[in-house]
Amino acid sequence: MDNSINNTGFVFTKESLRKKFRWSEFLSERIITGVAFLSITIIILIFFFVFRETLPIFKQKKEIVKVESVQKQEQYGGDENAQPTNASGQEQYGVITKDTMMTENQVVGEDTVIHGADEATVKSLLGKDWLPVSDRPRYGLIPLLVGTVKITLLAILFAAPIAILAALFSAAFAPPWMREIIKPAIELLAGFPSVVIGFFALMVMASFFQNIFGYDTRLNAFVGGVAMALAAIPIIYTITEDALTAVPRSYTEASLALGASRWQTALFVTLPAATPGIFAAVLLGVGRVFGETMIALMATGNAAMISVNPFESVRTLAATIGAEMAEVVFGDTHYSVLFLIGSLLFIFTFGLNALAEFYVKGKLVKRFQGK
Amino acid sequence: MNRKNRITGALFVGTTAFSAFLIIAVIIILLVVIIIGGKDTFSWKFLTSFPEDGMMKGGIFPAIYGTVLLVLIMSVAAVPFGTITAIYLTEYAKETSILAKTIRFAVRTLATVPSIIFGLFGLGFFIKFVGGGMDNMFLGGQLKWGQPNILWASLTMSLLTLPVVIVSVEEAIRTVPREMREASLALGATKWETIKRIVIPGSRSGIMTGTILAVSRGAGEVAPILFTGAAYYLATLPTSLSDQFMNLGYHIYIMATQSANVDQTLPIQFATTLVLLMLTFMLNLTAVIIRSRLRRKAK
Amino acid sequence: MKEPKIKTRDLTLFYGEKMALNAISMDIPEKEVTAFIGPSGCGKSTFLRTLNRMNDLIPNVKITGEVLVDSLNIYDKQIDVVNLRKKVGMVFQKSNPFTKSIFENVAYGPKINGMNNKAKLEEIVESSLKKAFIWEEVKDRLHDSAMGLSGGQQQRMCIARALAVEPEIILMDEPASALDPISTAKIEELIFELKKSYTIVIVTHNMQQAARVSDVTAFFYLGELIEFGKTKKIFTTPDKKQTEEYITGRFG
Repeated sequence: MDNSINNTGFVFTKESLRKKFRWSEFLSERIITGVAFLSITIIILIFFFVFRETLPIFKQKKEIVKVESVQKQEQYGGDENAQPTNASGQEQYGVITKDTMMTENQVVGEDTVIHGADEATVKSLLGKDWLPVSDRPRYGLIPLLVGTVKITLLAILFAAPIAILAALFSAAFAPPWMREIIKPAIELLAGFPSVVIGFFALMVMASFFQNIFGYDTRLNAFVGGVAMALAAIPIIYTITEDALTAVPRSYTEASLALGASRWQTALFVTLPAATPGIFAAVLLGVGRVFGETMIALMATGNAAMISVNPFESVRTLAATIGAEMAEVVFGDTHYSVLFLIGSLLFIFTFGLNALAEFYVKGKLVKRFQGK
Repeated sequence: MNRKNRITGALFVGTTAFSAFLIIAVIIILLVVIIIGGKDTFSWKFLTSFPEDGMMKGGIFPAIYGTVLLVLIMSVAAVPFGTITAIYLTEYAKETSILAKTIRFAVRTLATVPSIIFGLFGLGFFIKFVGGGMDNMFLGGQLKWGQPNILWASLTMSLLTLPVVIVSVEEAIRTVPREMREASLALGATKWETIKRIVIPGSRSGIMTGTILAVSRGAGEVAPILFTGAAYYLATLPTSLSDQFMNLGYHIYIMATQSANVDQTLPIQFATTLVLLMLTFMLNLTAVIIRSRLRRKAK
Repeated sequence: MKEPKIKTRDLTLFYGEKMALNAISMDIPEKEVTAFIGPSGCGKSTFLRTLNRMNDLIPNVKITGEVLVDSLNIYDKQIDVVNLRKKVGMVFQKSNPFTKSIFENVAYGPKINGMNNKAKLEEIVESSLKKAFIWEEVKDRLHDSAMGLSGGQQQRMCIARALAVEPEIILMDEPASALDPISTAKIEELIFELKKSYTIVIVTHNMQQAARVSDVTAFFYLGELIEFGKTKKIFTTPDKKQTEEYITGRFG
């Protein structure tokens, strides 16, 4: 036996086994732990910075902020205009908006108007008019809220039954080869950019449904709802399918052993056992639709009105941010109100996620482990 | 009774099958309509030339260029941070520790925050706070970083795609068998050496899947960049991180909703949508294939 | 008699609330083969893993008592676990090659110890593979993936990999349980050869194997050390009734 090569170079003594401090271990662990905190930090930062921008609404004295923002806007505007412009329709459109904003901003810049506008702002938040770009701006969130709720309801009404039934099909009835096709296909739908779905809704679905139902407004809550259902279906389907396949086999076997058929087992045993998971799936679907921006921007018509008719246009909270933020003056009331809308969206989806996470998980554990 | 039962059963199973096929049918219709609408305009020249006549004609090269640049910068930020977080969650955190649970919750929350909120955050944090702060500190208040640009848009997008990377990498790390970690440790390797030499190389495919999925997501999202850096039209390509950029998704949105003549540019819109759809579709398909191989290996 | 290589004193181990080892005291002799036998779940593998502190990796494990290797308590706070494992090597039940080449597998240990000299590495790999009786079979494909080897070859390569770190003690956790009789015979032959230079502790569920390869045998039952002594004695005239019943195959 050749024992001459000794590469570790120490014998079994107290010294060689003395605890060693290793810089690379120490640093790697610290860095990795530090980076892992990033996700939490981002959430906290989002909370902080989105809320921070809404604060001016609730402050009375803010002339200084105002003046600053006017200066900024002037620089900003100047810079924009310095870019090579093209005499196209879009460019003109852009320039025109900027000009109108400038004038409006200068009006707001006068002290007397600010106070009046501000007190009015807080009150007008609960109003029925969303008229941010007028001589007397009104920021009533009610129509936006109604529009968002309406479109969410419509979308979930379409998406939830279809997605849950489809999940039941692929989890309980479909032969394996079919499941191998359905599951990845729906996962691919989840990968479709929402702007593509929005475009499809705007160009194809809107006309298609108009031909069927014969309504007047081509872009409306119905079209938007169906389009958003396409975005929500993959989420609801995937989570429901996971929940269904997670139901312990002993449950279904017990039922089958008692003489129940496959469909009875699926409907009366598997489906009820998975309800907490399905509930979570629908909640996450709601969250997705509630905050969806591009589809809303492109397919809903974007008119802020209060109506229960599904064939009327709606303007959602998210779409309002998307449409107006790019053309608003940094720091003015309109800007802050848009951030307020963002805060509402954030709180709502955060709450939904927390509910799905804690409530539903707790229930599932109770159910399957009998605790 | 039995017969009635059987009919009910057939109806029920039929309904579920119909739902599944309805979804598949819509996917196919969507694909077919966009392929048919875009195939005539779609050409090599369309991909490589600039828009002409106020975006009424010509190609979409700057939008493709901007999108690629966006996802590149985004990946540089999201992939390392996402991978490290996944390593923390699988290798360092104890399953039951409050910290690990909080991080997991934060990751899932990040994944469900509406993308427009990231846009708002990008505006409030990156542009106003960081960019504005940089301008005040280094440029004496002169405006350079305190406005939308490709850097801020990419970083905003990287926050959105962070959970995608984390989830994929975590899944892949879990497929590295415990036996291999033990073998490494039993040979006198430290924890970090084991991670570096065994765990990370063993989860390369997962890191790749995560990157692909993140890129696909980043290429398709529009809401976060609406006001953090995307531009309608630029005559020149972005050359610095402080430049604005054009983007495929944003291009579709602008052309379809704010163009002077929507009908006339319809073929361009369809072709652009086709390009974006093909891009994300192929990326996702690759990811799905790698992932299913990975899952089979795990079994 | 020589001073034992490993001594354990009242070693008790809990998995959470469950006691897995109850006050085990044992002296393991140097450069001999010690076999642990007993029905599955009796704690023999758990005990083996306490000898190089592999149980540290499992959450909720609580250990009391002492494990003395060369009179050093390895559960002392001052002990460096990483260096300990370099001296107490381990071969696992399921062969666990890295998804790397055969060469990289064997060179892994020396490399993490900072050995970068290519010629020296080649020397170590060759001598380790020779010691593990596998050199002739793999010398022409050192840079092929280790995953392409047969189960028995993989296990011998894992032994070579452990040897490359120059341990003094080798712990083997049922090293032949997943192998065919021919591969098993090769491993046993190898163990016989290795005990000239190393202290070997082997867990096995195969009593013939224990009788063939070991000098000393310990019989575990339900986390207790029932009997410990010369293999010959244990297999011919055991003191305890439980031991006799187990080796004659009446339970387990």
